[in-house]
Amino acid sequence: MTDATNSPSTGPMLSADGTPLKKSLQIALRRQKLRALALVAPLLLFVLVSFIAPIADMLFRSVENEIVSETIPRTVIALEQWDYQDGNAAAPSDDIYAALYVDLSEAEEFKTHTRLGSRLNYETTGMSSLLRKTGRGIGRMDTDEYTKQFEALDPKWEDPAVWVAMMQSPGIADILPETASAWQSWQRIVANKNDVLAEEQPEDFIYTMLYRDLIAQPASAIAAYSGSGAEMLQAADSAVDGFEAISLREQFLDIDKDWADPQIWGTIKAFSSPYTAGYFLSSVDLQLTPAGIEPQPENQQIYMLLFGRTMFMSMVIMGSCILLGYPIAYLLSNLPLRTSNLLLILVLLPFWTSLLVRTSAWKVLLQQQGVINDILVWLGLVSDADRLVMINNQFGTIVAMTHILLPFMILPLYSVMKTIPPSYVRAAKSLGATNWTAFWRVYFPQSVPGIGAGSILVFILSIGYYITPELVGGTTGTFISNRIAYHISSSLNWGLAAALGTILLAVVLLLYWVYDRIVGIDNVSLG
Amino acid sequence: MSKYTKPAVDLVRFVLPLMALAGAAMGFLVGTANAVSLLGTVLGAVCGVALAWVLASLVPSKRAGILAATVLFAIGGLVIAGTAGIVGGVIVGFVLSWLSYWLSTGSYRAGTPIYATSGQVLWHNTFKFICGAIFFFLIAPILTIIPLSFNAENFFTFTPAMLSFDPEGYSLKHYRDFFTNPDWQQALKNSVQIAPAATLISVSLGTLAAIGLSQPHVPFRRAIMAILISPMIVPLIISAAGMYFFYSRIGLQGTYVGVVLAHAALGIPFVIITVTATLVGFDKSLTRAAANMGADPVTTFFRVQMPLILPGVISGGLFAFITSFDEVVVVLFVGSAGQKTLPWQMFTGLREQISPTILAVATILVVISIMLLTVVELLRRRSERLRGLSPG
Repeated sequence: MTDATNSPSTGPMLSADGTPLKKSLQIALRRQKLRALALVAPLLLFVLVSFIAPIADMLFRSVENEIVSETIPRTVIALEQWDYQDGNAAAPSDDIYAALYVDLSEAEEFKTHTRLGSRLNYETTGMSSLLRKTGRGIGRMDTDEYTKQFEALDPKWEDPAVWVAMMQSPGIADILPETASAWQSWQRIVANKNDVLAEEQPEDFIYTMLYRDLIAQPASAIAAYSGSGAEMLQAADSAVDGFEAISLREQFLDIDKDWADPQIWGTIKAFSSPYTAGYFLSSVDLQLTPAGIEPQPENQQIYMLLFGRTMFMSMVIMGSCILLGYPIAYLLSNLPLRTSNLLLILVLLPFWTSLLVRTSAWKVLLQQQGVINDILVWLGLVSDADRLVMINNQFGTIVAMTHILLPFMILPLYSVMKTIPPSYVRAAKSLGATNWTAFWRVYFPQSVPGIGAGSILVFILSIGYYITPELVGGTTGTFISNRIAYHISSSLNWGLAAALGTILLAVVLLLYWVYDRIVGIDNVSLG
Repeated sequence: MSKYTKPAVDLVRFVLPLMALAGAAMGFLVGTANAVSLLGTVLGAVCGVALAWVLASLVPSKRAGILAATVLFAIGGLVIAGTAGIVGGVIVGFVLSWLSYWLSTGSYRAGTPIYATSGQVLWHNTFKFICGAIFFFLIAPILTIIPLSFNAENFFTFTPAMLSFDPEGYSLKHYRDFFTNPDWQQALKNSVQIAPAATLISVSLGTLAAIGLSQPHVPFRRAIMAILISPMIVPLIISAAGMYFFYSRIGLQGTYVGVVLAHAALGIPFVIITVTATLVGFDKSLTRAAANMGADPVTTFFRVQMPLILPGVISGGLFAFITSFDEVVVVLFVGSAGQKTLPWQMFTGLREQISPTILAVATILVVISIMLLTVVELLRRRSERLRGLSPG
């Protein structure tokens, strides 16, 4: 490489085909790199699609909250003007009720209001039933008064074709903004029913919005409009002041008086943004309320307890694996190779046996009518009336998981201990150390890397365990992963499941990073 | 050892008291089971002392002594408790007579240096005992379910009929149930369809990638490795959750393809790890020699490299296979009822309607895993021998 600078007189070294050597080496190297990458690429792509993308999707779901702004977009915008102050908020204006009226009229057709209800129900109980009830009642509001009054004024208001022509005129969105916006919802509703727009008379909410627009707009603005149906509009504009007004707020309160509760509106406002930290707050026993972040009520704080229990039980399992694994690894590494290979099979057999086989074995052994209790009763150590309860509690989970994860402790420990030369301990003893001193001061420090590797491996595996705690853990021996599974398949609160999973993943990745620093991922060995 | 005269063992002050203790413990257990603990303890101690004295002074042949004592105690067991007592008698007789010889011939000092103090000998034997107990903890649960799977009753424990070796107490009905019940057969069929497909994907892609990764100059090697290993590190429940969300977005949730893809992803780290480990010992000059003699890269791969790394590829494949065959969390979420696999069926069986058929299935699975373990062990030995790493 430095040839060129050392002997400038001879110029750069050339390869056989005349290109500078440095350059042709670079080309060869690049070709080699590309070939290696081409070999790796299919698998990398496969893992990215089938594994990394799902994980990314989960991370995304833990903050995603588009359902509120997608289902009731107008309400979300209208609520921006409204301030929630700790329950003393001013009652929402009629504008907000009008926005909600149109939004729910559309949502009711697509049945999305029930999904919105279940989503908001995670935050404030009662939202689900409130929205269902409102969805049922929204078509029966007294707003048909507006429709009747417009029809009485001019029967042409009944004609869908007139509406279509009018709503397609340029400039209509400027003078009738709410009607135009509601009309878009109407178009989607008609399309969903597979009907023809020009043959369906608009529903009451269109007339309601028309009324609101005509009241709000100055007469001059209406007069300036010259598109289709201009005369009808001007006639209506001069007549609306005499129409009987229907309070939308009263209509909503008639369906359910909860609609007067600022708490309800505060929840909608708090969760109106497309991304939310709400799920993460719930995962750590906090909640996002209209008034800000607050702790969950005392009786609903379970996640910190579960995280704590998961950590604690993983620690206990890790500790018992060290206690049981260390003597075995020591014995294996100090026996002649032939004997130790034979004994190693006793470690590898459980390692290779199906997880469910081992879990069912423990279920058989530990249950109250199980083998261990039977033997104890037969020996008379335990009376038949009070058999030991060893399953469906923390004890069961710890015993079964220690058994299942023990090989993961023994194998790394064994591979480290195999490399410790026996001469060090002999030297220590010949220098006058007692057996204990020789072990504790000379042998043990050399085996610490093995303990570290095994412990992290066991810990990582145990904090994410699902099957064994689910089967032998009962209620007190379950882990955070059981809660995640519950939220995915039973409560259907996927966002919360994703947030809990993300936190667990972060802990595991942190430990993985530590493991990588201590052991190196390339050095993972499999028996 | 044989060159030295063994240190004499004091029969009266060392062997007999210990044997009295052991006999008393055995007698206590037998006595408690027959509701006469005190009598049992005393009789047991007397039996222990008498046996040890007789064996040590009159029967020098170890084998004959143990055999005689075992038969004697078995007859005793038969007298006390009928057929079931034979097993207990055999165990007690064997343990006591073996212990007696172990103590009286001084074999308990084997494995410790001649100069070891009695404290050291005691610790040495305690340590061996502890290790034995841990091995027992590892193996016993798996071995217990094997006899239980032949239970004639629908119980999860040993029935009196089983303990007295009454042929009535045993039956193959749980195996028959497994082979005739459509639920289990469907689950077996699904498992057999899913696992090989997933293994094929992970082995073919994984071997290629491992070869690529073992080249000397790979950009972003660590990052790529971290991504490829990640399915093994990320807790299964998180993988399952992510795949459930993502696969239901793209319409793969509840399909055969979705489960196969998920399982292939989970098996990949094992293939990568085993094949990369095999490639570490691979002699690069062999491929160069092949290329030198005019072989193109594909021929070189199939005729030179592949045969040499085949043991690693096969054991990686077995790992991938067992991962898929054993996997239950991901398939629970990604699959639907149509993809119910054997572990899934066992899981629901354990959680809802407990039926001893599970034990029959478990026994079959244990046999399968013993076979797989043997294959992997043989392959590992062969591969080490090929690379000259192993002494034997």
